[in-house]
Amino acid sequence: MIQQEKVVPTTTGHTWDDDLQELNNPLPTWWIWGFYVTFIFTILYWLFFPAWPIGGSFTKGVPGWNDVTYTATTVDGKQVQKTTHWNMRSKFMQDMNERGAEQKVWFDKVAAMSYEDVSADADLMQFVNSAGKTLFSDNCAPCHQAGGQGKIGFAPNLTDDYWQYGGTYELIHTTIAGGRRGYMPPFKEVLTEAQIKQLANYVLSLSDEPHDAEAAKVGDTLFHSETAACFYCHGAEGNGRIELGSANLTDKIWLWVNVADEKKPELKLSAVEKVITGGLNHGVMQPWEHRLQPEQIKLLTVYVHDSLGGGK
Amino acid sequence: MEAGAVKQSPLFIKSIPIVTRSVKGKFRNLKTAVMLFGYSFYFILPWIPWERAGAPSQAVLFDLVTRRFFIFNLIVYPQDIFWLAMVLFILAALLFFTTGLVGRAWCGFFCFQTVWTDLFIRIEQAIQGERPARLKLQKQPWNSEKILKVGSSHFLMVLVSFWTAISFAAYFTYAPNLLGNLISGHAVEATYITVIVLTITTYAAAGILRENICTLACPYARFQSVMYEADTLAVSYDARRGEGTKGRIVPKPGLRIREERIEQGHGDCIDCGFCVQVCPTGIDIRNGLQYQCISCGLCIDACNNIMDSVGYPRGLIRYDSEINLKSPTPTKPSIQWMRPKVIGYALSVLLMTGTLAYHIGTRLDTEVAIQQVRQPLFIKLSDGSIRNRYQIHLVNKTELDETYQVGVKGIPDEALDMGNIPHLKVSAGKDLRVNAKVSLSRELAAKTKKFKFIIKPSSRDEAPLEIETNFNSPQ
Repeated sequence: MIQQEKVVPTTTGHTWDDDLQELNNPLPTWWIWGFYVTFIFTILYWLFFPAWPIGGSFTKGVPGWNDVTYTATTVDGKQVQKTTHWNMRSKFMQDMNERGAEQKVWFDKVAAMSYEDVSADADLMQFVNSAGKTLFSDNCAPCHQAGGQGKIGFAPNLTDDYWQYGGTYELIHTTIAGGRRGYMPPFKEVLTEAQIKQLANYVLSLSDEPHDAEAAKVGDTLFHSETAACFYCHGAEGNGRIELGSANLTDKIWLWVNVADEKKPELKLSAVEKVITGGLNHGVMQPWEHRLQPEQIKLLTVYVHDSLGGGK
Repeated sequence: MEAGAVKQSPLFIKSIPIVTRSVKGKFRNLKTAVMLFGYSFYFILPWIPWERAGAPSQAVLFDLVTRRFFIFNLIVYPQDIFWLAMVLFILAALLFFTTGLVGRAWCGFFCFQTVWTDLFIRIEQAIQGERPARLKLQKQPWNSEKILKVGSSHFLMVLVSFWTAISFAAYFTYAPNLLGNLISGHAVEATYITVIVLTITTYAAAGILRENICTLACPYARFQSVMYEADTLAVSYDARRGEGTKGRIVPKPGLRIREERIEQGHGDCIDCGFCVQVCPTGIDIRNGLQYQCISCGLCIDACNNIMDSVGYPRGLIRYDSEINLKSPTPTKPSIQWMRPKVIGYALSVLLMTGTLAYHIGTRLDTEVAIQQVRQPLFIKLSDGSIRNRYQIHLVNKTELDETYQVGVKGIPDEALDMGNIPHLKVSAGKDLRVNAKVSLSRELAAKTKKFKFIIKPSSRDEAPLEIETNFNSPQ
């Protein structure tokens, strides 16, 4: 055993009822002092931190002793400095201010450089990839989906190589900042059902889909006639006009009806007929210039152009 | 009102401070040798310069800021974290192996707690004198002599603790600038915290708490005994020889010569108490194997010296196994390694050391991971061709900046589109993530299920890395 000194405990010195005594086993001194230190700590704590509830409020510590200052953005977009007593919310805001300052260095770089220079800078592109993914997920993904792949009949695919409104940096920027509104009038009152069928056959023929060649020939004439006047928007070649956002009918990409993946020819035909008959009035994208900062829009432009990969 | 005498409480027994006597002998020399050997590594290693291109010229530097561990010519990156698991496994198996063979040799000779405690006891001894002098000093009132002696020995301990902390911090920052930065207030917060905390803990653990760390705090002390077997060599008292039939007894007239003692039934132990006085954990080894025993062997040295002086054979306390001590025909104690447990531990140490050496030896200077973008899995382009996208993650594990070329194998070269970043420049020890697009015509896409990316460092004459990856298409 360890070399030990055997201690005989003493009593408190009082005897009750002839033989009843109380052992005196005081707590270790270090423990007692540790206990006193916790008292001192609590008192200091009350002076620096929110502590005691008083009715609907609480003590906030001595004003000015442990204040937190942070920058907040008001509803109307103004930056204001706020100073409050210590609390978790203000500490969080302070943290966000600091992280924001770190991020700002990178955003400033993006803002100062041309699109081409940003896309050629490998380090900056890492930032575009990560910050762009977050911005895209927060703002764009509800329509264009998380990977930018879009949804047929709803939102364009941003990862392919066709751009209704143009795929250059400048045009993508215009689209994000100002939004877009696509419109195709319904033709059911202008054209007969037979004419719509002929037109639909012609449209299918443009992208090598199965079609009735006879009907398509009539449709060709109709397409370029003043009666249907399709060529006004879709162009004489049928490959669309980016200033209007009219679809290119000659490529393999379908936005509003899924013709390419439809197996049965008659269903392909009826899908196109449906568009010509009813027109389209839901190709709407809202403008983002009032919701996002200019450097965020610029970064998103590069993200959409280079990271999602459809730009040209 | 009289304080009555009560039964003594068995629950609380106050322990008295241990004041050890110094001893000379072979285990003492071994302990000193291990201490000098260990200290010459620990205190000198971070100060050795080592020329490196584009990185601090320090032989051993664990650079947390750039996330690189420099160990002479080896640079360890976060991606090599599984080496740490291997090292930990090797150390653990080595501990089990040694414990199975010769008991708690780690505790007695190598453990930091033991080594630093040993050093601090030596400081005490150098200033305050041998055990009797120190015991006398303890009983003295606090006069100037006591204040001076105790104060200066504790001051020296704090100084050693401080230098221990400085040396530790020197492994994590550029050592030549450490002291200057520390004094001028330019060192980072973490350095100050490390130095202060380590100074306090070293001084407290080795200067004040000492054996209490081993007996009360250390988990290894408890589980190491599980690895003992009956064959394990442990520091043991030969009770049969020491006690005889009538127990140990101090020599007195008629009981001085060994033959006389044996005749009267007394053992060889002359009850001098030296084995207890030299023990750093304050136990009496004659009570048998105890959890407090750290197997330092100092009691063996003490007993051997006494046996020599009274002319009895050595080895009353010795390294011996339980089996041998109990055996009616004891043999000379020897290491018994022909046991499945010991051989198993040895094999696992060898196997894991080999694996670790193989991994370190064959690690490539470039690490590449290629991940396919899965949302969407493939993209149909306007001319009907199919595009897949990939994210290439490159790690440059050399000391120099490097530019990499990316190519493809198994598909046409023009299928690969690296955007506006054709050359990938990666700084020394850094990594880079870039996008890559691969587009194949519908016919080619239907035939292609897999292809290879080729990554080639442009400044080094090295075989390019080939990484096979999938190509997804609608079919």
